[in-house]
Amino acid sequence: MAPADIAPGAPIVELRNIVKRFGSVEALSGVSLTVRKGEVLGLLGDNGAGKSTLVKTLAGVHDPDGGEVLVKGRRVSPWTPLAARNAGIETVFQDRALAPQHSIVTNIFMGREITNALGLIRVRKQTDEANRLMREIGFTSKVFNPDSTVGHLSGGERQGVAIARALYNNADVIVLDEPTTALSLTETQKVFRFVRAVKDSGRTVVFIGHNIYHVWDIADRFFVIDRGRMAFEGDKAAFTGADHLIGMMQQLAETGRADTATLRKSA
Amino acid sequence: MTTAPAQTAAVDKRGTPGFWRMFYRRNGRALNAFVTFVLVWAFFAANNPTLFLIPAYYNAFLFSVPATIIMTTALVFVIVSGELDLAFPSVIGAAGGLFMTLVISGVPILPAAALTMLGGAALGTAIGAIVVYGKISSLVATLGLNFFIVGIVNLLAQGKNIESRESVSTFGYAFFTGKWDIFGLQVPNHFLIAVVWTVLCYVLFRYHRFGIRVQMVGDNPDSARQMGIDIDRIRVGVFVWSGLAAALCGVILVQTANMVWFPTSGKAYLLIALAALFVGGTPTWGGVGTIWGAFFGALTVTLIPSGAVGAGFAGFWTDFIFGLVIILTMVAHRFGGARAR
Repeated sequence: MAPADIAPGAPIVELRNIVKRFGSVEALSGVSLTVRKGEVLGLLGDNGAGKSTLVKTLAGVHDPDGGEVLVKGRRVSPWTPLAARNAGIETVFQDRALAPQHSIVTNIFMGREITNALGLIRVRKQTDEANRLMREIGFTSKVFNPDSTVGHLSGGERQGVAIARALYNNADVIVLDEPTTALSLTETQKVFRFVRAVKDSGRTVVFIGHNIYHVWDIADRFFVIDRGRMAFEGDKAAFTGADHLIGMMQQLAETGRADTATLRKSA
Repeated sequence: MTTAPAQTAAVDKRGTPGFWRMFYRRNGRALNAFVTFVLVWAFFAANNPTLFLIPAYYNAFLFSVPATIIMTTALVFVIVSGELDLAFPSVIGAAGGLFMTLVISGVPILPAAALTMLGGAALGTAIGAIVVYGKISSLVATLGLNFFIVGIVNLLAQGKNIESRESVSTFGYAFFTGKWDIFGLQVPNHFLIAVVWTVLCYVLFRYHRFGIRVQMVGDNPDSARQMGIDIDRIRVGVFVWSGLAAALCGVILVQTANMVWFPTSGKAYLLIALAALFVGGTPTWGGVGTIWGAFFGALTVTLIPSGAVGAGFAGFWTDFIFGLVIILTMVAHRFGGARAR
């Protein structure tokens, strides 16, 4: 189980006034993002809005040029991939970082194999752990087991492997970067099932997506980024429906700002 | 034609793979290599059964096969990591020269062998570092290094052999080349060393963190890097392992030649070991490979020249049969295991 040292709904990760520059380009110009424990936060934005920079900042790949990162109220600096991981944030990148010719269990333990003092793999332990992680997100089937080859799995199932891997080490926050891009409807449903299981285990999910309908289906709260700045955010209840959110994003794309007055005040 | 509703489209029609199917999935390449060896043997034996059923016929085979086994099993790591090592023949030669230099300067055979293997590992480290940190294609880099190292060895040796026939009677020599007589079949110690080495490689490849990471790096280097694997270190590591194996080969070759080292020692193994590797079922694309397959591949390519003659083919058939076996096994491996992407 995920550690439960902070209450559901309380901030677990806070990015404050994050600035990130690449040469003369300012990808993020003062973004503040709060991720609350137990929620599924949908992160939306057009291409080039700063979405991937924000994801990579969450993952620790980018150490911001300005602003600060707080995890469970404590400032973490320097902010590196290892620091993010140690703070309980696991990121599943778009390409999922899998080795397709190898088994599910080998992929789950890629780079952090369970070994004895001689460096020999503890096969039984790894298989048991893999089974546990796969069961935890409902990633089970009569067709495959931890020894199945990842290359023989479907796109959604591969996402399941990556998500199961992210759960190892009891991560508090799972960041999913475009997990449903290029997936069929059925496969997308599979991924949603995994994400809901992760949420039900008390963990927090940040879900980044292109397809607004996908994000609408899965997220509790939305954060829209535009030109390196937060454009608007709101709980699901603040919108009348997916079309409301899409309308606001279209407005944002056309006029550069969205009319937040249409949002309902959340309770 | 009726349109199937989305629900039925989602039903998974793949069956649960049974034990044997899983076993074949995991070991198919090694099994293919084993079957290849048996078929090649059976083909030769059928032409001359009386000869091929005499145990003593295999004495020369067991005497010459160990170096190929040791080199081929070590090269599995290199190929699986996605690299290529064409410099190992020069390391075999250099190691043999170093070993004999140590022996004639009075170092007993076993410590000299140990020092030589350290030297081989050091040379492997240097080769690996040049390839990896120099960011050069390993095909080109090791091709050049092979000539370079052979050149240095020739310059140092001035084209002369080094020999120490008096050490033939020592314990160290017996340790490497002593024979066990089993029903008329003479099993030399260095064949047993090759078997132990193969087991070591197998455990390292399949059950050790290093071997698993070699496979990860070869399968998808970007993934391996993202998951925190130091891929440069792994890549250098495979060259260290190859250097270590080449040094052991160098030591064995000198001893099987009655403690005489030739500056050309090792040169013949380049194509033999690579052919054995691919006949053994390790694919060229990296990420997967098989140690036992390499073992059987080494047996197969060593059997072909002598076996063809034993079966009554004239000597000039050897290359033809050799080529035929390589091509046919490549086709068989294609059917046995397409690449999973």
